[in-house]
Amino acid sequence: MPTIELKNISNFVCRDISVTISNGELLVLLGPTGAGKTTLLNIICGLAPYEGSILFNGEPIDTIPISRRRIGYLFQDLALFPHLDVRRNITYGLSTKKRGHNQIEARLDEMCTLLNICHLLGRYPKDLSGGERQRVALARAIAPSPKILLLDEPFNSLDIKTRKYLRIEFKRIVKDLNLTTIFVTHDFKEAEEVGDRLAVIESGRLEQIATPQEIFFSPNGYKVADFLGSPNIFDCEGYEVLGNGLVKANCGGFTIVTVWDKENLSKIAISPEDIYVSRDEPPGPPINRFRGTIVEEVSHNSVVTITIKTKTKDILARIRKEDFLAENLSVGSGVFFILPLRNLKGA
Amino acid sequence: MNQVTKTTRRWEILPVAIFLALWEIIARLDLVPGQFFFPPFSVVMEEFGHLIANGVLVDNFLSSLIRVLIGFFTGSLAGVTLGICMGWNETTNKALHPIFSLLYPIPALGWLPILMLWFGIGELLPITIIFICSFFPVLYNTITGIRAVPKGFIKAAEILGASRMEILKTVLLPLALPNIFTGLRLEAGMAWRVIIAAEMVAIPTGIGALLMRAESLIRVDIIIVCLIVLSVMCLSFEKFFIFMEHRLTGKWR
Repeated sequence: MPTIELKNISNFVCRDISVTISNGELLVLLGPTGAGKTTLLNIICGLAPYEGSILFNGEPIDTIPISRRRIGYLFQDLALFPHLDVRRNITYGLSTKKRGHNQIEARLDEMCTLLNICHLLGRYPKDLSGGERQRVALARAIAPSPKILLLDEPFNSLDIKTRKYLRIEFKRIVKDLNLTTIFVTHDFKEAEEVGDRLAVIESGRLEQIATPQEIFFSPNGYKVADFLGSPNIFDCEGYEVLGNGLVKANCGGFTIVTVWDKENLSKIAISPEDIYVSRDEPPGPPINRFRGTIVEEVSHNSVVTITIKTKTKDILARIRKEDFLAENLSVGSGVFFILPLRNLKGA
Repeated sequence: MNQVTKTTRRWEILPVAIFLALWEIIARLDLVPGQFFFPPFSVVMEEFGHLIANGVLVDNFLSSLIRVLIGFFTGSLAGVTLGICMGWNETTNKALHPIFSLLYPIPALGWLPILMLWFGIGELLPITIIFICSFFPVLYNTITGIRAVPKGFIKAAEILGASRMEILKTVLLPLALPNIFTGLRLEAGMAWRVIIAAEMVAIPTGIGALLMRAESLIRVDIIIVCLIVLSVMCLSFEKFFIFMEHRLTGKWR
């Protein structure tokens, strides 16, 4: 599988994007709606005009027609052909390449076993569930043995449970096949779970490219931090191992218990929406529970973002408006907040 | 056939049976003055039998049928072919659209006088009328069908390695079929209406001509026989295309 190099790519949306994706790497393009993620995918497969250059394994592909770029593309709406059954959808890309009947049948068997869709071959897309449609679309994309796989928010329309399950399975499949993959999403949690590296795109510009952990703990500027939801980051001075994979860390006046099985815990982070806030002292052992006072509240539709002042640090928390009102919270209220163990990230 | 379908059919037949019974009773009781002008259904059916037996109905029906089939087939074929070209290729569309948009509003029968002068009274005249009648609606429905295919399917096919011709054959045409069939279905019935009108005005053979002869002989029973034949043929043609559309697209729609 090739290395992909994008050199100074610009067009009506993208602005001077340069990035190299290694052989077999899974890069996630992360950014808000309208940032230029899909446009960049369209540029790579030749569906959008651009300036700059794209190289596969050092060879420029700018003049190669779409049909010969050997790219697999999973569209946001999947674009399964409604008039073809699952079998003919999957083998479409093989038939256009004039593969022999036996070769097509062998590849079909391989794909349907890999994605566990052998029982769906005679059905039409309208008769498939959301998850089944995703699998069929993925099988269709990878059946012609593409060099590169591009995925445009493929799991968007699914429920949370199916999404999570398919993400894990998808990652396993592309890693097994050692496919160089670019995956587009606007969801950091999805990006973090899937990607080897993340490229954050905002207003057509590449703002940061790094591992999920590096981006979460060291966002490159306000735009990236804001897109990630401005996580609370605690700098830790030292920690004590408690056993069972747990450590107790001293982080700027906060004693935080977290899961950590590596060396050198220097930072702990938590997203504002993962913090539990209550006016009354919550029951349970006094672990990861702290007190503070609300000094600011900002309301956005059904969510309220509050700043909680403590002795050493301001904490950002995001709660549902109905909970905010039910707890009778306002600026000046004294509150308790919990940093749930499973939502803490260490670095 | 399941129970629900059987019950629905029964309910569809019942009003027709009541209508025919009322017709027979009203005509027999002489409720409408002058039996010549309102013959009972049984008399019409009797005449229907005579016309078949002496070959008059069959000869005239076959004349009309052949004209409709040739005119409708060639008109639809031309409409579908040009519709694909215009829907798929913007240059062709730009070149032909101004001409067709000028010709389309002219009713098919409006061409009759000029075609009579050009072709004379022969088989070419009604066939050309039916050709015109079928061509334009099928053309515009095909253009709409081709253009209505979501761009995502074309992109997907391109990325999967399909050539332009393969995209046309395997994606555009199958997905445009529902629209094409809408045009065919509507025009199949219309072709019969137009041929009858053309035969009544200018052609000496066919169901329309038989209608005119019956009118001059004050044979209302024959007129009704012709109208029944016309109704059955319009309905059969429309049903045929509904059946074909269901066969070709029913599985995936």
